[in-house]
Amino acid sequence: MGLRLDLFLFTIGILWGAVVSDLVLSKVDRRIDLRSQAVRIVSTLKVENEGSDLVSEVLLAFPDNRIKHLAYLAASPNEGKGKAKVSSNAYPVEAAQPKDVPPGLTFYSVSLPKGLGKGDSLTFDVLAVFTHTLQPFPEKITQADVQLLVFQESAHYLSPYQVKVQSLSVKLPDARIESYTRLENSKIHGSEIKYGPYENLPPFSYSPIVVHFESNEPFAVAHKLVREIEVSHWGNVQVTEHYDLVHGGAQSKGEFSRLDYQARPHVRGASAFRRLVARLPPRAHSVYYRDEIGNISTSHLWGDSKKTELEIEPRYPMFGGWKTAFTIGYGLPLHDFLFESEGKRLLNFSFGCPMNEVVIDTLIVKVVLPEGSRDISVSAPFPVKQWQEKKISHLDVDGRPVVVLEKTNVVPEHNQYFQVYYKFNSFAMLREPLMLISGFFFFFVACILYTHADLSISKSSASYLAKMQWDEVQAAVQQVQNIVNRCLTIHDKLEASLSDLSRTGDIQGCKAARKAADGSLKELIKELKPLLSFLQSSQQAAQILPKVEELVAKEKDLQERLMAKHGAVVDCYEKKYGGREIENRVAQQQQKITALRHEVDDLLEIIDEI
Amino acid sequence: MAASETSNGTTLRHAFGNVFALFILLLIGVLAFSIRLFSVIKYESVIHEFDPYFNYRVTQFLTKKGIYDFWNWFDDRTWYPLGRVIGGTVFPGLTLTAGTIWWIVNSLNIPLSVETVCVFTAPIFSAFASWATYLLTKEVKGVGAGLTAAALLAMVPSYISRSVAGSYDNEAVAIFALIFTFYLYIKTLNTGSLFYATLNAIAYFYMVCSWGGYTFIINLIPMHVLLCIVTGRYSSRLYIAYAPLVVLGTLLAALVPVVGFNAVMTSEHFASFLVFIIIHVVALVYYIKGVLSPRMFKVAVTLVLSVGLVVCFAVIAVLVALVASSPTKGWSGRSLSLLDPTYASKYIPIIASVSEHQPPTWPSYFMDINVLAFLVPAGIIACFSPLSDASSFVILYIVTSVYFSGVMVRLMLVLAPAACIMSGIALSEAFEVFTRSIKFQLPGAPIDSQVDAGDKSSDNTTAQNDVAKTEKSEDTIKERPSRKNKKKEKEPVGQPSVKSRFEKRLLVLPLEASILAIFLLVLLGAFYVVHSVWAAAEAYSAPSIVLTSHSHDGLHVFDDFREAYAWLSHNTEVDDKVASWWDYGYQTTAMANRTVIVDNNTWNNTHIATVGTAMSSPEKAAWEIFNSLDVKYVLVVFGGLVGYPSDDINKFLWMVRIGGGVFPHIKEPDYLRDGQYRIDSQATPTMLNCLMYKLSYYRFVETDGKGFDRVRRTEIGKKYFKLNYFEEVFTTHHWMVRIYKLKPPKNRIRGKTKKSKSKTSSKTGKRSGTKKNPWH
Repeated sequence: MGLRLDLFLFTIGILWGAVVSDLVLSKVDRRIDLRSQAVRIVSTLKVENEGSDLVSEVLLAFPDNRIKHLAYLAASPNEGKGKAKVSSNAYPVEAAQPKDVPPGLTFYSVSLPKGLGKGDSLTFDVLAVFTHTLQPFPEKITQADVQLLVFQESAHYLSPYQVKVQSLSVKLPDARIESYTRLENSKIHGSEIKYGPYENLPPFSYSPIVVHFESNEPFAVAHKLVREIEVSHWGNVQVTEHYDLVHGGAQSKGEFSRLDYQARPHVRGASAFRRLVARLPPRAHSVYYRDEIGNISTSHLWGDSKKTELEIEPRYPMFGGWKTAFTIGYGLPLHDFLFESEGKRLLNFSFGCPMNEVVIDTLIVKVVLPEGSRDISVSAPFPVKQWQEKKISHLDVDGRPVVVLEKTNVVPEHNQYFQVYYKFNSFAMLREPLMLISGFFFFFVACILYTHADLSISKSSASYLAKMQWDEVQAAVQQVQNIVNRCLTIHDKLEASLSDLSRTGDIQGCKAARKAADGSLKELIKELKPLLSFLQSSQQAAQILPKVEELVAKEKDLQERLMAKHGAVVDCYEKKYGGREIENRVAQQQQKITALRHEVDDLLEIIDEI
Repeated sequence: MAASETSNGTTLRHAFGNVFALFILLLIGVLAFSIRLFSVIKYESVIHEFDPYFNYRVTQFLTKKGIYDFWNWFDDRTWYPLGRVIGGTVFPGLTLTAGTIWWIVNSLNIPLSVETVCVFTAPIFSAFASWATYLLTKEVKGVGAGLTAAALLAMVPSYISRSVAGSYDNEAVAIFALIFTFYLYIKTLNTGSLFYATLNAIAYFYMVCSWGGYTFIINLIPMHVLLCIVTGRYSSRLYIAYAPLVVLGTLLAALVPVVGFNAVMTSEHFASFLVFIIIHVVALVYYIKGVLSPRMFKVAVTLVLSVGLVVCFAVIAVLVALVASSPTKGWSGRSLSLLDPTYASKYIPIIASVSEHQPPTWPSYFMDINVLAFLVPAGIIACFSPLSDASSFVILYIVTSVYFSGVMVRLMLVLAPAACIMSGIALSEAFEVFTRSIKFQLPGAPIDSQVDAGDKSSDNTTAQNDVAKTEKSEDTIKERPSRKNKKKEKEPVGQPSVKSRFEKRLLVLPLEASILAIFLLVLLGAFYVVHSVWAAAEAYSAPSIVLTSHSHDGLHVFDDFREAYAWLSHNTEVDDKVASWWDYGYQTTAMANRTVIVDNNTWNNTHIATVGTAMSSPEKAAWEIFNSLDVKYVLVVFGGLVGYPSDDINKFLWMVRIGGGVFPHIKEPDYLRDGQYRIDSQATPTMLNCLMYKLSYYRFVETDGKGFDRVRRTEIGKKYFKLNYFEEVFTTHHWMVRIYKLKPPKNRIRGKTKKSKSKTSSKTGKRSGTKKNPWH
């Protein structure tokens, strides 16, 4: 089909012999590189102005059936022998629609910066990259077959200008060539086929050639690649890349035998590819490689200060037509990519895919900026479709602005930097932590309020009142217990004073202690009275009252006895009795005191339990 | 604090204790969660095994399509061509729980994937389960026992095995629901509050939603109620705990589509209704007893008894007739195999074929509950002193669950909480006794002076008492034993309950013995912890879809299953049907998103038998069966190359048995040589010619030249053969999964048929038979 079209073009080319301008290509040197799935054609053009007017544009012609596969086109001044790399002084290239040209062709014009005066000449390189132009033939192969590809081109440079001298060389991956169109002056040199030189060809001359050759280069085509670049001003750029990969070469047919593949991987399964290498920026961290059903364990990562290399293997070897999908993600330090200029922030990031072998049909780059970014603008080195979205992520309120860039037919030449400019207030960073803090704060406040608030519906219901009363009673009992406990401490002090007495014989000190104790005990008893009367009046206390009363009574008893004992002991000391006698005297008292003391303690506990 | 007085001190101590207990509980929750993360750390955050993949798929559907579509979901991806009504045949508790968590998290704008939520549901709920255990044990034996039981449950290996991160199965939430339902029942029993009774019914509803094991609850609680009635412990609290549960619970249970009318129509639920009637009768009797005079009451009893007996007989007769009229006697197969452990292996090979339905071995008890097995008897004894309603329930729980766990390995899971509660009680009581003994003896006084302190001068003790008080008045525990002790001797009259406690305080062990015992207990606990962590890390964390092995050159990962599923999902048509043994059905639908013939749901025995028959038939017959089912790919799991033991060849006898159960031309003896299952040269020709053998060993001999099977440890019997009706389309890296495609039927060219007619008579016979095509 393509061949026929080319022939058609050829004929019209002959018919339309019109010269568009006075330019003449005095020398054309084309080098076609077929070593990867993307066809790279570097044409070195020497342009001469034979007319009299100043010419500032040079037209490039491509057949229409080729143009939809054109991924990349750039012109730059010839800088010697090296490959035409994208340099800063590249000439702008735009689509053009000149008049009086044959149909079936698409034109691009290269704007020369200075223009060509009369008789001037200029040499420059044009790099054109095409995807999906290598056709597998046969289209279906078995596991054991090698993959054969067909490439069609014109041996003559298709140009609206007259070409004086031209040559073409086709570089193949391998010396094994199935067939190629033999023309005059064609010769084969290792893995390179040379055509030409041809001289003095009219405009639009066309001479189709077909090369059928063996290639087992990986045909990794990403139908769709979504790169999500999420900027966090806390210091991280998170990149997530979703690949939808297919082996775009000859379809595999028949059996797949793992045995053959494992035993002789280069013979049985030569057309398959099993690994890809992604060149990530340096200092990439937290790299992961997974698909929708989990982590894929077949990957290796190594890196140095200049780059990080991630070698990934899909879950299974990729034979022709086999598909897979996976996700790669990694984090990058923010300061490598984010800069500030004139109050604006500038994110400088590479556009294409980090894998060099992969050709991408549709690339979508999403740049997720932090919430609250304003005045967003994008500058890309080539035309892309762009729009904005919102993405709601961790704890966002109104979402993060997302800049989406879409481009079809992406080849590694598109791995250039693009810039996103935006304004962002650093204080907005604190928003989410503050939100969290205040959220927890209100939660705790709510908890405190809940425990302290009275949430009963009916304040006058019997059970509620009873509960309130019971609370009061409990408080009163608590106080009673407190008082009793204080009494007990005073008792302890008294006992302590007695033991002091027995040690030092300081009767005066002992008496003073006694006095102080008396005073405080009286006060305590005073305090006890209103509580007791309250308890007696309260209905709810009926259950606990007897115990409390018993407690108070016992306490009083204990107090009296202790006083008596104290008095007796002090008396004895005053009368200078012997230690044994004192002991005899108070022994009975002492026993009772201890007993009472225990009763009191037990009562306290029982009340506690109620 | 030190200066504050005793009562103030006790409240403060209570508050302190509460905060401390809360903190410990929080830590227990963290422990329960984090011990289950080994699988994520050692492997990855991925769903495990077989059933979880189904649950995960259902959850995905729920989050994508919403609750109403979920109830109405007819799944055409499984059981082709029958399909399955997922909404009506699945226990929705787990799915709804995870779906709700996902929904809440996402509405808070925290973008967690469904998978992440599913992976971490089980650990989260095991933290909940340990808190529920705390509550339950607290109701039975107090805070100390509660905390111990919660800590034990947080890391009991049996429960870990079902709830590691990624093990997204019904049991993950069901154990929490089970314990929480029991807690609410006990709480109602202790408080007699209708509020808790209602909550109990709701918790029971959640349990019904979550797991088929809810029948355990609805049988255990009636048993306990009956026990209480029989032992004369009937009270209004018991009535409040039980009656609302049965009424509300049954109503709510009937709302779950998968249960529906089963809640009133199957025998598993009859016990609860019977006890419901009995408790009403008993309640009535108690009421009448209160109203009537004793003499009138006697008359009434005789009257009621005679009438009641007649009614009872009538009801029983009706029940028996109903039960007898249903083919399985009203019991489902799984429940029957509970009552009669030999039932399944005799009658239902499909239940018997699952390893987790086998009775456990003794080592598995040690593996799964470890030292708890020794502590349980002590716990039971502790529960008897004193026996309360709550503790009798726990005893009943442990006894029944021990029985059930003896029937099925899977039900070890029900035993685990009971064992933890019992061991928690035992440990806590033991610690209490020992620490009390030590505390009692530490203050310096000689042991016997305290044990028979009566003779000693009281002055001494009071002084000592005072010293203790002034020194550290908050530390009342220290004084308490001595105080109580003395009190006991001096004042024998006191409150009975208090007295019994004092008596207990008398039981003091020698200091050295207590210290040694505590040391040994701590050692035992440490051993348990070590074992649990080992079990969590090594034994139970493998996701089973990713296998690893350690060899001399490091870790080796076998990721063949996902390799195969990923291949299927990317490189076959969306509508292709994949046939495999039912084990891989759920995974195929979830990971490869392809229609399968049978899956782990096993609801249709005939369908499974069809696949089993195909696998055990020779190639041609198998091709016909598969072709009639629209199957395009056949997936077999083969471990012979790397030594993966649970492959299809090892499961093959079950396929033969299940297939033979429906299609009698498949006979098990045909596949056995002298009753032995073998695949070497001694194997029977039927075995060597069946599809499973061929698909597993196709071109296997070419790997090493001998065809040595590393699982069976033998050379295979038939080494060189060709496949005529199937072609290999994919084999994974370690040959663990092999996928074959059915060859399309050959074009019927006249000349060719004639040629082949002379060659193979059987083929032509078939062909002429099918030759109805008018174009020929």
